[in-house]
Amino acid sequence: MAVEKGTYIVKKGLAQMLKGGVIMDVVTPEQARIAEEAGACAVMALERVPADIRAAGGVARMADPTVIAAIMEAVTIPVMAKCRIGHFAEAQVLEALGVDFIDESEVLTPADEAHHIDKWPFKVPFVCGCRDLGEALRRIGEGAAMIRTKGEAGTGNIVEAVRHMRAVMDGIRRLHSMPKDELMAEAKTLGAPYEVVKEVHETGGLPVVNFAAGGVATPADAALMMQLGAEGVFVGSGIFKSDDPEQRGKAIVKAVTNYNDPEIVAEVSRGLGEPMRGLDIRTLTEEELLASRGW
Amino acid sequence: MTSIGVLALQGDFAEHIGIFQRLGIAAREVRHPQELAGLDGLVIPGGESTTVARLISEFALLDPLRERAQNGFPIWGTCAGMIVLAQRASELSWPTLDALAIAVRRNGFGRQVDSFETDLAVPALGQQAFHAVFIRAPIVEEVGDGVEVLAKLENGTAVAVRQANALATAFHPELTEDDRFHRYFIDMVRGHKDGHA
Repeated sequence: MAVEKGTYIVKKGLAQMLKGGVIMDVVTPEQARIAEEAGACAVMALERVPADIRAAGGVARMADPTVIAAIMEAVTIPVMAKCRIGHFAEAQVLEALGVDFIDESEVLTPADEAHHIDKWPFKVPFVCGCRDLGEALRRIGEGAAMIRTKGEAGTGNIVEAVRHMRAVMDGIRRLHSMPKDELMAEAKTLGAPYEVVKEVHETGGLPVVNFAAGGVATPADAALMMQLGAEGVFVGSGIFKSDDPEQRGKAIVKAVTNYNDPEIVAEVSRGLGEPMRGLDIRTLTEEELLASRGW
Repeated sequence: MTSIGVLALQGDFAEHIGIFQRLGIAAREVRHPQELAGLDGLVIPGGESTTVARLISEFALLDPLRERAQNGFPIWGTCAGMIVLAQRASELSWPTLDALAIAVRRNGFGRQVDSFETDLAVPALGQQAFHAVFIRAPIVEEVGDGVEVLAKLENGTAVAVRQANALATAFHPELTEDDRFHRYFIDMVRGHKDGHA
């Protein structure tokens, strides 16, 4: 019987398997093993975490394949890697390396200021960031198999992720309750494909899994995002820029599973040491904001 | 009233619950041992097996689940759930429930780019083929005594197995519209419940 690989169901399906889980940024095989032991449902293989990308400046690119391959070798959980917005050749390289998921990410310096990658031809699934429903639906229209909020990566500040998640959820509620004959005009306003707009109107949800990302630093941050509607959480700099990555990683995993149980979130929040230092978004200049990258 | 729990530590538990509810079954999320009370059966959904196995131990579910499995309590595992039910699983540093005499190799088909869909013959579900979605699925490498193979790939690899009231599929019936596996499990659960009534 026919065997079909790389179908949309299979690509979206992996994101569904990640739900209720924590995806952790790692830069070494050792960190990847710590993340796996802490209960991460996947890792993001990077050369630098976003906080260090911020500090280093310059052009941020796809990680060295050696780093990614070493991390893939070190763990049995899925390994994700980032490519630049619009840089389909980096994505092709990541697919050739056999990564399980590609993040077309605003954390890296964009390669194309008009177009994102056409993600349909790839066998590997993509996750993309968004700030509101229109952006989410454009990415889904391009073939993204998973969506995440952009938040403001590398800041340890949850405020932008909250803004973006609320915008997406509010947009979904509005579309769902809108009369059908207003959908075309709404698709135009959102700048999103009509077919996907119609699907959200009918189902009252996104057709793909939606995670929170960009600024999660504590178990309570994770619980907040889950209660706002996230189906799982990416933690970037928040774990390996803190005092005790292993304990913090474990605590955030338990907080995501039990996001509706404040007693458990309280219990796991005890004695974790200092979280990452964090940045006030209002002190950043327009050029320093990563979330405004993407179109 | 039949009540089925779905282990909700991590993974696609909501998909299973949605299908059971559509079939008129009261299905609910289970995260802690006390939530097992009153259930007639349990599903361990797809997800990341290391995460799920770790949280089963962390949340003190290992012993209660093993005890129930040994006493014939119906449990169905899909993909990661199959790994958790197995006697042995490769490269897993957390204990399994040992409810099925099978040995599995995690990610046995390869990485995500090797994940696939295919049609399976499943005689227990009738003539019509079952469209199965395999995502970083485990491979059953050994099948012990007393384990019935319900479906195989063309190369002979077992992908759906049952031993007494433990059922496992390497694929994800919860990702498709075909609810025959869910109805098959509901029948198992009702059969067990009636037998003990």
